[in-house]
Amino acid sequence: MLEVKDMVVAYGRVNAVKGITFEVGAGQIVTMLGTNGAGKSTTLRAISGLLKLVSGEIWFEGERLDGVAAHRVVQRGIAQSPEGRRLFPKMSVEDNLRLGAYARKDPSGVKKDMDNVYDLFPVLGERRQQPAGLFSGGEQQMLAIGRAMMSRPKLLMLDEPSMGLSPIMTQTIMRTIRELRDEGVTILLVEQNAQAALSLADKGYVLEVGQIMFSDSGRNLLGDDRVKRAYLGAD
Amino acid sequence: MMTIGSESRQRFELPARIVGGVAAVVAAASVLLSWSYDPAALDDMSFWGAPSPLQFHYLALGALAAILYLLPIALRPRNGSWTNWVAWNTAARFASFTLLGFPVIAVIAIALEAGGLINVDPGAWLALGAGVVATLAGVLLPTSPEPAMHRIKTHPVIQILAIAAGMGALLFAAVFALGLQDAGAFLLYAGFAAGLVLTLLRLGVFGWLAVCAAANKRVLVLAAFFVAFAFPFTQNGSEANMSIATQVLIFGATALGLNIVVGLVGLLDLGYIAFLGAGAFTSAVLSGSAFATINWTPPFWLTVLISGTVASLLGLLIGSPTLRVSGDYLAIVTLAFGEIFRITMNNLDGSDGPNVTNGSDGIPGIPDLNFFGFDFGATHVIFGVTIGRFANYFWLMLLILALIIVVFTNLNRSRIGRGWVAIREDELAAEAMGVNTFALKLLAFATGAFLAGVAGAVKAHHDVSVTPDQYVFLESAFLLAAVVLGGMGTVMGVLIGATILKLLPEKLRFFSDYRLLLFGLLLVFMMRFRPEGIIADERRQLEFHATDEELAEEVEEELVTYHAHYNPDPKGQK
Repeated sequence: MLEVKDMVVAYGRVNAVKGITFEVGAGQIVTMLGTNGAGKSTTLRAISGLLKLVSGEIWFEGERLDGVAAHRVVQRGIAQSPEGRRLFPKMSVEDNLRLGAYARKDPSGVKKDMDNVYDLFPVLGERRQQPAGLFSGGEQQMLAIGRAMMSRPKLLMLDEPSMGLSPIMTQTIMRTIRELRDEGVTILLVEQNAQAALSLADKGYVLEVGQIMFSDSGRNLLGDDRVKRAYLGAD
Repeated sequence: MMTIGSESRQRFELPARIVGGVAAVVAAASVLLSWSYDPAALDDMSFWGAPSPLQFHYLALGALAAILYLLPIALRPRNGSWTNWVAWNTAARFASFTLLGFPVIAVIAIALEAGGLINVDPGAWLALGAGVVATLAGVLLPTSPEPAMHRIKTHPVIQILAIAAGMGALLFAAVFALGLQDAGAFLLYAGFAAGLVLTLLRLGVFGWLAVCAAANKRVLVLAAFFVAFAFPFTQNGSEANMSIATQVLIFGATALGLNIVVGLVGLLDLGYIAFLGAGAFTSAVLSGSAFATINWTPPFWLTVLISGTVASLLGLLIGSPTLRVSGDYLAIVTLAFGEIFRITMNNLDGSDGPNVTNGSDGIPGIPDLNFFGFDFGATHVIFGVTIGRFANYFWLMLLILALIIVVFTNLNRSRIGRGWVAIREDELAAEAMGVNTFALKLLAFATGAFLAGVAGAVKAHHDVSVTPDQYVFLESAFLLAAVVLGGMGTVMGVLIGATILKLLPEKLRFFSDYRLLLFGLLLVFMMRFRPEGIIADERRQLEFHATDEELAEEVEEELVTYHAHYNPDPKGQK
């Protein structure tokens, strides 16, 4: 569904992503592991059209995606829940969700999807008029995922959804991600929490300083010694 | 104040009430005495036993303060009872401050205008003394609990009557204030009005009025327009005030255009006056004036559209390269653009290129408008009231302002408006949500410029002449100040801000030398005590006070009411 070939992305003269190639198949959960500065978020931003590629190609559903403006990428069916959630803190839950559906022009469908988000996260439904900034970290993450879902994406990219959340909240979020996949949404999940991410991923890539070091199925990576050493704290 | 504990405040309460009440009565009674030996000072306070109009205002204020002090003695306000719906003590305190401030301003004004304190008569000294005593008593009173008037359920008819009464009071106050020719008298009245508004605000009356207004928004808007429409009838041909009022409307319309750029999208534009100028010059060039450089005079509605279009093309021209930079850089670029516009207009005099503007002479002799034989330059008599030239332009501008408000509010509520506010809050997140940020920012620039250009088209005819030196940076700064002072993103606030910034220098000529200093101070105080502006945009308010406990409680409270209203089943509440 999504293919990235030899992608190089730079901030000024510094290459943050140094030629990576990976693939996300339809209906899969693909996870990308890596420490801070490995280039995970840069990769997502480049796919979203927020950053320009230095070289390389991005293909989505058989069409070129690199060079497409950010708002058109959303229209093509790719949504991103950015790093640090980046909600609109002064806007209500409802306005945040409406902005998630900005690229859509079917009000009745938007209304229906909004109700779906409220069903998925009842906490949001109860406080839909409250400003997003007053919510707890976990609730904000739910809203960020809900907001990304509002564009009815084929591919949902989540940037560290477990960041700053309690283990229980992380479990809830991960369960939701699996539910979304079961509904047919393809998911690209960027994480530092390897345990949580790999246990639901069909496939995993490990990124280090802008390069993919190795990849395998989620289950195999969970048992991989290198991953264990770097991310799971085993020696 | 810090040294008085709450216990001793309780002990002092009854004596403070009696002393404050008596002082208020004395202050009110002081208007029966002469305040000024010189009849020329203020509005002639030199009579004994016959108060001047301003003294009558002071009398009313004294009576109000006396009621606030003395009535609670009889009512004994208790928690939970209706007697505690209003904040008696806090309001009494603010009424006392006003009772003191009024004679202070009066004494200074009399001394300055009549030449020395010797001209101040016993009445003013008595009022001053009574004001001091009342203020001391007010400080001693324990602070009231928060007023709860906004919780009162009111019948819709009464709500509408309240709006009508409020609007009527506003019209009366505006007419009275504009009728004051003496600068000291105007300042005194402004002080009185500010004190009264603060007192009523503390009392809780405004909370109730706000509920009435929110429930009848359409009535409120219609009433406001009716009051504005009726204003020329109160002037009976007096042209000076009508000209000021028209200038206020032109300034307000331009500020609303800037409000899109600054208030909704959050882009800082420091050269906005150029768009007003572009509209004015376009309109002047097409006006058929003997000095116009184009020999073609389209009908005025077309001129308005052309002026707006020229301005918005300029907006696109300046916007497309500069909107890629943001924040401070954009401010600098727009500042430069404003200056480039003025200098270009100065140089388009034909000596070195085409002659469009006659250079620094500008285009004088712009003829009055004429709609189907209705001559804007002529005086008309309607219902026995003389309607002068400026009143004609006032009504035209009112109509245009109404259209601008409709455009503004509809855009604000639309998908476009949502995108704009999203850009203001977090541009990157907005982009990630599929908002075409560049196109929307450009649209904001063009729309805002169009509105300013339309206002400029009328301004050219109202002013009769257009010259480049009217469009200096200072005017851009004032426009921005009007938006910030009034309340970014709101319609009502920006119009109030525009009124204050345009009206005060006109009426207070004597401080025109110091106006920059005073407006600077005003803005500093606003930023310290009410950064969201006079009228707060609901979304903006959170930006400035998101950490305030008070606001968090407010939101909580609203939520409870919301649940109680939509979810009568108590189990549904969480």
